[in-house]
Amino acid sequence: MNDNLDQCGGSGCDAGLPKPACACSGAARHWVLEQLESPVGKVPRVASRWTWKDYLGAVAMRWGVGRRRYLVDPGLCAIGHPGADAPVLVTANYKLSLDHLRRALDGFDAWILVLDTKGINVWCAAGKGTFGTEELVGRLATANVKRLVHHRTVVVPQLGAPGVAAHEVQKRTGFRVVYGPVRALDIPAFLRDGMRTTPAMRQVTFTLWERLVVVPVELVHTFASAALIMLGFFLVDSLGRHGVSVTPGHWGGIAALVWGNLFAGVVLTPMLLPCLPGRAFACKGAEMGALAGAALWWGGGYGFVQGLAVLLLSVAACSFLGMTFTGCTPYTSASGVRREMPWGVRLQILGCLAGLVLWLVAHFQ
Amino acid sequence: MRMEYLKNVVTLQLDTAACVGCGRCVEVCPHAVFAIEDRKCRIVARDACMECGACARNCPVEALYVRNGVGCAAGMINAALGRTSGCCGEEQACCCGGPDGKNECA
Repeated sequence: MNDNLDQCGGSGCDAGLPKPACACSGAARHWVLEQLESPVGKVPRVASRWTWKDYLGAVAMRWGVGRRRYLVDPGLCAIGHPGADAPVLVTANYKLSLDHLRRALDGFDAWILVLDTKGINVWCAAGKGTFGTEELVGRLATANVKRLVHHRTVVVPQLGAPGVAAHEVQKRTGFRVVYGPVRALDIPAFLRDGMRTTPAMRQVTFTLWERLVVVPVELVHTFASAALIMLGFFLVDSLGRHGVSVTPGHWGGIAALVWGNLFAGVVLTPMLLPCLPGRAFACKGAEMGALAGAALWWGGGYGFVQGLAVLLLSVAACSFLGMTFTGCTPYTSASGVRREMPWGVRLQILGCLAGLVLWLVAHFQ
Repeated sequence: MRMEYLKNVVTLQLDTAACVGCGRCVEVCPHAVFAIEDRKCRIVARDACMECGACARNCPVEALYVRNGVGCAAGMINAALGRTSGCCGEEQACCCGGPDGKNECA
């Protein structure tokens, strides 16, 4: 078992009901300050400031390290010293989700209701339905929120809306759902303004920084494939008309091709996304691939046939990497991806095959 | 940056006759696709829709329809290859294990 789960972790929490205070955490959890007495029993009071462990965890998440295990227990917790009039804010049991929320609530008194999303963030979980009406209705009941507060309002993050039917929650629990801002850092302004969101708070953005933040995980995901491709090229390079002859002198060039394209496709394409012409991501990636291929051709001093091979392979590889970046953006529709993928994949396979044939022709010439 | 993906592809449909003008869709849409005019919803930025499904899920009179899904090429390729994962539905196999697929929407 991982050390993130305490005695009331996992399914044990549900089995122990009714025990609404069986919440975000046990004593071993560094973000829990104390157990607070409340009308529904003991509720863990959590810190609103991050410690180095939280920062370290956030960095690890960006690199995809231990992401499937970065979760907290569902249930109630408290920020500050909330009473019966304090707002109730809902979040997912991905620890980074809770971390962003509790940090945004620094200086406020509030209740936090953590839904069981299996450690997945709010938006992804809402799309899959685990952050949803059923879970919210059930969690409001088991946590006994009606006894905890006098009002009948819950604040659900707006990105949870794909999974939560507000009118249904109200019908079944009496709680009115108010959708809070997209970004946790807007929560203080939202709360001070009587729980009203501005149009800017409701809009998802994809700034340069937000695009760069998703890059490390993509690098981790593609690293092994890139290394395998590089080894494949090393192998082919060793086979010649006169049998096997290992020529490490060529390896630097091959490594430059592989890692150069990976850098272009995984780092530069996202960075330059708005500047690359066209709407289809396969197209944006192909443009980046043409630039990368031309640079590698020039830098490697290849002859015409091999240079053309480098260009075609770069276009195909970066086009594919660009296309897969659709999964990292907050604005690509499934219908759109379905539209561009069939022709995108065909052209990528074609470019890849043509590039490989030319590469082999040049090699065995 | 201007965030519009391909033109004329989304499955979003609005039944104006059924609409009661409550404004929930305006409230939940992350891309400002809707506006309320004369107590009725109007689609003002159709191509900005990412088919997340929040509007349809929260429409109390079912005036909105969208075939919701995750626009993730890697997920669709995985699904086509018969690989599935616990976090996505049958149609898509997510590669993201967590955030950031629709990334780090923490």
